[in-house]
Amino acid sequence: MTGLEDLYREIILDHYRSPRNRGELPVPPAHRVEGFNPLCGDEVVLYVELDDGTLSDIRITGQGCSISQSSASLMSAAVKGKSISKVRGLIRTFKAMMSIHETCLGEDSEGASSNGASSDKAAVDLEALGELAALQGVVKFPVRIKCATLSWNALAQSLDEIGAG
Amino acid sequence: MSSIACKADFPLLSQQVHGRRIVYLDSASSSQRPQVVLDTMDDYYRTTHANVHRGIYAIAEEADRRYEGARMAVGGFIGAPDPEHEVIFTKNTTEAINLVSSSWGRCNLRAGDAVLLTDMDHHSNIVPWLTLAEERSLELRWLGIDEQYRLDLSELDHQLDGVKLVACTAMSNVLGTIPPFAQIAERAHSAGALVLADAAQLVPHLPTDVGSLGCDFLAFSAHKMLGPTGIGVLWARRALLEEMPPFLGGGGMIRDVRHDGFSANVLPWKFEAGTPPIAEAVGLGAAVGYLESTGMEAVRKHEMNLTSYALDTLSERFGENLRIFGPPDAEERGGVISFAYRDVHPHDMAQVLDQSGVCVRAGHHCTKPLMRHLGVSATARASLYLYNDESDVDALAEAMAKADTLFG
Repeated sequence: MTGLEDLYREIILDHYRSPRNRGELPVPPAHRVEGFNPLCGDEVVLYVELDDGTLSDIRITGQGCSISQSSASLMSAAVKGKSISKVRGLIRTFKAMMSIHETCLGEDSEGASSNGASSDKAAVDLEALGELAALQGVVKFPVRIKCATLSWNALAQSLDEIGAG
Repeated sequence: MSSIACKADFPLLSQQVHGRRIVYLDSASSSQRPQVVLDTMDDYYRTTHANVHRGIYAIAEEADRRYEGARMAVGGFIGAPDPEHEVIFTKNTTEAINLVSSSWGRCNLRAGDAVLLTDMDHHSNIVPWLTLAEERSLELRWLGIDEQYRLDLSELDHQLDGVKLVACTAMSNVLGTIPPFAQIAERAHSAGALVLADAAQLVPHLPTDVGSLGCDFLAFSAHKMLGPTGIGVLWARRALLEEMPPFLGGGGMIRDVRHDGFSANVLPWKFEAGTPPIAEAVGLGAAVGYLESTGMEAVRKHEMNLTSYALDTLSERFGENLRIFGPPDAEERGGVISFAYRDVHPHDMAQVLDQSGVCVRAGHHCTKPLMRHLGVSATARASLYLYNDESDVDALAEAMAKADTLFG
């Protein structure tokens, strides 16, 4: 697989073309938080609504590249209706996948497992991420990692501001 | 129309990326360096280096001679009438403009005074004035942009009323637009305003003469004109510089220091606190020499021809799928080509191009007010220089077409 096909997987392009949970929610009860990438101009605005320990609804607006916008869309689909603790867990797992060294993925996985320093990172549970695992190709393009993590950082900030879990 | 500078003079251009020859189209951001610049800096460090303005020994005197020689060469390159006193070495264009806003601005601008900026300026010529405006309660006014991506000068005389300074780009780093700077300067002077030229994109690409431009301050960077990073230039009229207080304080910029104060050194060292970028100045001098031996008229002619070729080639190939942000006539613009291709986001376009070895910039190019005016969050930008030729433009077009297979 060439590098670019690894980055622009079909599911990513699908979420870029047809973003899920696009729009706004009334504030309050929803909580609004903005995420900016000042270097490249990408932006996301999240509207998050919690209900009894569950992330009951989420809407996203913003603009940016296919990676930032598809990551936001995939995230919204993955976290909607989940408990706060599961959402926190997903954020951790996703960010761990994004911080993993590229040699820990794909061809060189044996080398990675013999490397003690990165063994905890190599243990990222890609299966738990479901469709989100499609974004793992991003780590081969280090400057794009911040595109993929933009909405996730905004979601974590949102939960922190609400004081959830 | 081959490149007028031999690509072989530039070691980086013979590199390969992703198994392909590098097609460098990001010179508006930072240019590459010819071998002679690398050799000159290397030679300086190997044979000459000592601190300037201090040592009484042979190599220190030679370091002085080379550093001050670079100042004279740079001054000659921009037509400075008194280069020995008027050419100030700074870190870059940004620092040069900050020098003016901090030193001249704080001494000369009072609450209610107006500064006229433009919607096509770089953040480096906006943020220093925003900072000072907040500190001094200044009024900032903005020259807009017309449908042909030119500065809208229809209200200029009205907008100049009460203005103390016009700070304007001499060539847009996004649109390529070359404003009628001499005309703006003349009208500004008639209205009693001084004029600062952000010439970061002008000096590398067009013959530059501060007298013909009519500016009072001119700022540019070495790394965009075949020189090293870490050094830029402020030129200003000597009478202004004499009246301005120092910018940064420290060694080298003083005549005397006492418990109760200091007196400043003479020009140009008053504005060069601390050990300056000596090797970088020497490298800049070599870059100026390279450009002069090529001839700036020839550089401009080559870039105009190549820009025309690029605009024609891209427009013919991509038709309505391509939107180019900038004047259509190469006479009115430099070789900076910002574009949007279909609905492919500029970052994704840059990523696709990179796979073909084509280096372009994608983003807001430090011009967020301009991006808002254009109604986009970012553009992709290919920029040309003397080492580019038609094969580079053709490679760009081929690589752009590959976006269709991914994003089709």
